[in-house]
Amino acid sequence: MTETVLPTRAEKRKFSVDMRALSPFIALIVLIIAGALINPDFLTASNLLNVVTRSAFIAIIAVGATFVIAGGGLDLSVGSMAALIAGVMILTLNNLGGGDVGTLAVGLLAAIALGAACGLANGLIVTFGRIEPFIVTLGTMGIFRSLVIWLAAGGTITMRNFELRELYRPVYFGSVFGIPYPIIAFLVVAAVGALILYRTSFGRHVVALGSNEDVARYSGVPIWRVRTLTYIIQGICVGIAVLVYVPRLGSATPTTGLLWELQAITAVVIGGTALKGGIGRVWGTVVGAVILELVANIMVLSNFVSEFLVGAVQGAIIIIAMLVQRSVHRGR
Amino acid sequence: MKATVLKFALAAGLMAGVATSATAQQKNVTIGVSIPAATHGWTGGVVYHAQETAKQLEKGYPGLKVIVKTSPDGASQANALDDLTSQKVDALVVLPFNSDELTNPMREIKKRGTFVTIVDRGLKDPSIQDIYVAGNNPEFGRVAGKYFVDNLKQGNVVVFRGIPTVIDEERVSNFEKALEGSGVKVIDKQYANWNRDDAFKVMQDYLSKHPKIDAVWASDDDMALGVMEAIRQAKREDIKFVLGGAGMKDMIKKVMDGDKMIPADVSYPPSMISTAMGVTAAHFYTNAPMRGTYTLNAQLITKDNAKDHYFPNSPF
Repeated sequence: MTETVLPTRAEKRKFSVDMRALSPFIALIVLIIAGALINPDFLTASNLLNVVTRSAFIAIIAVGATFVIAGGGLDLSVGSMAALIAGVMILTLNNLGGGDVGTLAVGLLAAIALGAACGLANGLIVTFGRIEPFIVTLGTMGIFRSLVIWLAAGGTITMRNFELRELYRPVYFGSVFGIPYPIIAFLVVAAVGALILYRTSFGRHVVALGSNEDVARYSGVPIWRVRTLTYIIQGICVGIAVLVYVPRLGSATPTTGLLWELQAITAVVIGGTALKGGIGRVWGTVVGAVILELVANIMVLSNFVSEFLVGAVQGAIIIIAMLVQRSVHRGR
Repeated sequence: MKATVLKFALAAGLMAGVATSATAQQKNVTIGVSIPAATHGWTGGVVYHAQETAKQLEKGYPGLKVIVKTSPDGASQANALDDLTSQKVDALVVLPFNSDELTNPMREIKKRGTFVTIVDRGLKDPSIQDIYVAGNNPEFGRVAGKYFVDNLKQGNVVVFRGIPTVIDEERVSNFEKALEGSGVKVIDKQYANWNRDDAFKVMQDYLSKHPKIDAVWASDDDMALGVMEAIRQAKREDIKFVLGGAGMKDMIKKVMDGDKMIPADVSYPPSMISTAMGVTAAHFYTNAPMRGTYTLNAQLITKDNAKDHYFPNSPF
């Protein structure tokens, strides 16, 4: 790779890098055109807003996953973590019992704090335990999931205070200037994430760690701290996603967040982040999350795909979208 | 129906009291109960009712010991069955994850002389089971379909399917059979995995796609809750009602309170495990014949009978 890149002139190289970052956006546009051809209702504002709004959880979680994966790690526990945080947050709100903004604030803080704590646990076990992140987070995935099942006694954890529920509900369903809050939330999270990843020394350390751990260590990158921090960022992102998730249905069940980890990882990879680490693309990740949700939406809106084959067509579309991306930047 | 089930268990308990006082006090029987872990609202209800019934039965029949074991998936259920049989149980009450997988292990257990009761999902070889307590999935679909025919008479209905399984297939195909010849038309069907979030998304998409929907068969109470939230967001007035299923307490409460959007529900009670445990215990402590197949009806729950189906303490 380096050999072929070296002889290229500077501005040409810059152009090809831009194409790489742009390709998820191109895939997105292709999908939107396909959707519009399949069903004219697809392009209505309400449908598009619905889809982008509900991609918010995965998008926010995937921004965190971009850090972990760019740093050469992996976090499989995010779906279970989201369920656990949602459960604990609702139980906290129920126990406080109030219907005012103060109560809500305590619940929100508890969610973020628990997210950070879960991330810290993952990070410390990975760094100090020197265990593969795949195994560590597979373990915590089971632990978090069981804890929420235990808290719910197998049933549902529901927000009991009706006033509080109505107070909190607009966080998912409300909008400002026609843009729903969850969309604003994930744009802000992505902007902050992009700022940290591209404009701080920590961000450069993450990428350095992901591309070559030994080189990073010899260059003086504080490996354990950077790695642990990526997991904490992931945890905080899951916490933020839960803040937007809970007001939608006001409850957490043992099936909350099931397979979100796979969706988040898929969004990250569609977005152009290398699964082996060393490259991180925050905006690509966000587009990846929207693409995933769009594909599901197009499936329901189409009239010719039998409900038995939805999964197959979805899988094929994702693979084709990746092939289109590849051919786009190979053609340059 | 849950109420009748509980009454039955209690009645069995009372019968036992009479029977045991007549015979010797010391008749030691151990019943093992193997059920799925509480990973879904309905299985959560199964666990709750199994534990409650275990307590009631042990009180009612002196000398009876009931061991309840939960397993998170089919493979660990096979292991749990091994563990239970090594504890020398006289009878096993099993709600299998997957009846095909468990048919052979159960055959081995049966050969050792253990009394076998199967709940909800029957084994491939029915000769293995001494007692089979079956939930009635075709009936579940039929009752729901009949409700639409009687109450909607004509109009467009969207359908939510669960997870692709035999249970789901039986429910949906019989639902459609019940609609045949009526003015009620199914305009769309999608899987939403018996999951609230998925049902919310699918309903949002249905609302974008179909300008006029007269009613929704959510086919499950969890999914119905997601559906309701999507309808509320879209502020659509064309949908007259949503029919769920299973008998979750929140939904039964809505039916009881006369919620216009949730006028009814169809029962598929997790307490069928209690029926099975009660009948199994009665087999050992009474002289009444108990072997056979018990098919529970899927009942239509309306405002009139909702009280009988409401269990505020159950997690489901």
